[in-house]
Amino acid sequence: MDPGRRHLLRTGAALAGSVLTSGASRSSELSPGRVVVVGGGFGGATAARYLRLWGGHIHVTLVERNTGFTSCPMSNLVLGGYSRMGDITRTYDSLSALGVKLVQGEVIAIDASGRSVRLADGTALPYDRLILSPGIDFIYDLVPGLLPAMAGGQIVHAWNAGAQTLALRRQLEAMPDGGIFAITIPKAPYRCPPGPYERACLVASYFRQTKPKSKVLVLDANPEIQSKKALFERAFAQYHAGILEYWPNAELKEVEGNLARLAFEDVKGDVLNVVPPQRAGDLARKAGLVTVNQRWVGVHWLTMESTVAPGIHVLGDATFSAPQMPKSAHMANQQAKVAAAAVIQLLKGEPVNATPVVMNTCYSFITPQDAIHVASVHQYDASERTYKTVPGSGGVSAAANPMEARYAHAWAENIWADTLG
Amino acid sequence: MVAIKTLRVCIPAILLTGALSSFAALAQDTHLARNLAATCASCHGTNGQARGDMKPLAGMAAQQLMEAFAEFKRGARPATVMHQIAKGYTEEQIGLIAGYFAAQSAQH
Repeated sequence: MDPGRRHLLRTGAALAGSVLTSGASRSSELSPGRVVVVGGGFGGATAARYLRLWGGHIHVTLVERNTGFTSCPMSNLVLGGYSRMGDITRTYDSLSALGVKLVQGEVIAIDASGRSVRLADGTALPYDRLILSPGIDFIYDLVPGLLPAMAGGQIVHAWNAGAQTLALRRQLEAMPDGGIFAITIPKAPYRCPPGPYERACLVASYFRQTKPKSKVLVLDANPEIQSKKALFERAFAQYHAGILEYWPNAELKEVEGNLARLAFEDVKGDVLNVVPPQRAGDLARKAGLVTVNQRWVGVHWLTMESTVAPGIHVLGDATFSAPQMPKSAHMANQQAKVAAAAVIQLLKGEPVNATPVVMNTCYSFITPQDAIHVASVHQYDASERTYKTVPGSGGVSAAANPMEARYAHAWAENIWADTLG
Repeated sequence: MVAIKTLRVCIPAILLTGALSSFAALAQDTHLARNLAATCASCHGTNGQARGDMKPLAGMAAQQLMEAFAEFKRGARPATVMHQIAKGYTEEQIGLIAGYFAAQSAQH
């Protein structure tokens, strides 16, 4: 790329969405540019895929540290013993076949002014635009004792699917009948608002079938259930009464072995599952992209471009969410398409979509056979420069039902395919 | 913007392209229908090519999809979630979405 063109791209970035760059596409045969995508979860993989589907000759490189894709959605079914790891694991082969260059590795530094990322093995990957989908990392130091307990394998979070999912499943299998499974939930915002409650339900289902004297204890730092509240309350009372107990305002203060210390009492879990407090993935933090509450990445919603780093777009759970926008796989998939479309337009020097829409549908299993949903539609509001839910739209299930369990499985198959090919 | 103008003058080969793009910059993004339809793809498959129990939208007649949306909106069609989602889109957006899926080849 010649310096003049690079200048144009930077000018466009500085305008941050107003997009008045002059087009400098030299020829349709030439690539409009190089995009590096970091993080192969729902956000990053979708962005890489749609850049290829929509962007013609754009060079797309996807950097991911894992060899394959493991889905957090549906992973609670694995914990309950109702699905296997293979059911929630996919390869990146279809992305490769589509022309995405896959690089297995870890990005350790971003040179924003030089427009290049550096991998742990020393490789440098230059880019015209960078898309980061770094997910979340955990704030261990807010809970004394947590880091050593996790390092020793005594406590797992299983809030990134994969080895942790399997480790927690093994702990549950090894737990004797009559034991207590305690799950702690951090203060919102955290990844997947209904996820902890779904997990509690599916572990309770497992206990009822195989370890009926056991208990599930939900220790929530929040004053109330954070998603699908009335439906989960009903599920706790109707399906899981006698096994599952829910405590609001029960913030985890310290961990000692498998003892959870709360403000006024201690709870001993035979299996203690801590969902730790969260913030944007470490990569975003190290790159200086965290601008909100010292935890989250602020973005321009028309382009998903960082508010402080022109040329760097950030997706998914790492972002400071717009009002009522959940940190969900579905939302990351949707944001990725907004970003892919915008990046293509910016590279071509053409206007970005001024009226983007994103929507969300999240299913939760309350038993292996019954599910509930929450849905929302978010239209871009030009005057407030954010997404707002449409009054009267969205909502939750009328009641838990088996049909939505079928739809939940179908949702997973379709979003995995839309994300990975 | 001075630098941009200078660049255009200096490289006549891209003059025409540049002029067209400037014109485009005043216009709307022409990919609106595609972008809107992509919000459906998370559940209904890329370009409406759905799997499993989800309704395929690829190749569906535009009128049929618009009628379905209208019925979802007024609660006249049984639904688990679409009655809530349909209310989030304007008539104009639904028309664009319907046109986009109608132009996709139906899945086999």
